[in-house]
Amino acid sequence: MKCKGIGALTGRIARAICLLALLLPVVAFASDRVPKPVIDIDKPGRCVEDTATMRREHPDMLKHQRELTVHEGIRTRAHSLKGCVECHASTKTGSVLGEKGFCQSCHDYASVKLDCFGCHASKPKLASGAKP
Amino acid sequence: MSADANDGLSRRGFLAISAATLGGVMLAPGIRLIEIAGARAPDQPVSRQVRWGLLIDTSKCLPGCDDCVKACATENGIKDTGHPRTDAQWIRKVELKDMRSGHTNSVPVMCQHCEYPPCVDVCPTGASFKRADGIVLVDRHICIGCRYCMMACPYKARSIVFQNITGQNPDVPRGNGCAEGCTLCVHRIDHGRQPACVEACTKAGHNAMIFGDLNDPQSEIAQRVAKYASTQIRADLSLNPGVRYQGL
Repeated sequence: MKCKGIGALTGRIARAICLLALLLPVVAFASDRVPKPVIDIDKPGRCVEDTATMRREHPDMLKHQRELTVHEGIRTRAHSLKGCVECHASTKTGSVLGEKGFCQSCHDYASVKLDCFGCHASKPKLASGAKP
Repeated sequence: MSADANDGLSRRGFLAISAATLGGVMLAPGIRLIEIAGARAPDQPVSRQVRWGLLIDTSKCLPGCDDCVKACATENGIKDTGHPRTDAQWIRKVELKDMRSGHTNSVPVMCQHCEYPPCVDVCPTGASFKRADGIVLVDRHICIGCRYCMMACPYKARSIVFQNITGQNPDVPRGNGCAEGCTLCVHRIDHGRQPACVEACTKAGHNAMIFGDLNDPQSEIAQRVAKYASTQIRADLSLNPGVRYQGL
């Protein structure tokens, strides 16, 4: 009898722990305790591809385009880094970098190194006559 | 008999006409038998039929004038970092003097865009490469900054960047730790424009530099090269540079 009671108690505790473990993510994410990247998108409208594709595949697109541009001289703007910067640069800072910058905010959040801008300009070309 | 002969003629005529037509006709999207030099659509790759080159008339190049050097620096975002010994140098003016006659020459020297570039031969990663149209470039995505190309180049045309760079021209990405050199303003050529140095020289009225397609018999540069004697620097190395000098 005694042994059976202990067994039932252990089972009940195990079930409770399992339930807690299952509920934990729901509890954690229900409130906005997890920080999300703050992205200022100044120019609303459609990107060159839909959002899901862009989020997942933009590194591959850029890599593909860079081969075409550097080696074959194809300078179409749709998938070029220059095109990204021209559209996505913040109107406040003029750049895709910075805390709320389109590129940097997300890369900081995902902890993915962003080394494009060691060489590439992070600001679009100023129109002739415009002041920085 | 006569009917047969006519038949043969008409067949031959037909073949000749169809061959002539086919040359200009689009075989498949983007593939033509006859490539028209210079008239490239933005989504078409560079053509092997083109060989870009420069002709520098040394009799028109003034000593002390550095319009081309300044234009290059502005276009490509090359700034003085206060370290003149190690600053990147894509184009420089060289003053030559014949000690016997006292005759002087002043010429701009930049990457000579060789047909057989030694920088490409020695590059361990394939970053240094020659584009189909003869322009020698560095793919900075692959460059590891080993500087073999700088040692291999007989024209001292390559530099390496030692400082972090900001505020680049969006068309000319350049950064710390990469080898670089004159690109013949490839970003301008791809849009049908002339290199910045040539444009500046012409604008200032010197007309000492001509840019064009050496393979196109109709181009000014090809006609000038065919008509007047021009030399390549260190022609003994048989690298066949695309940059030629007249009156040197």
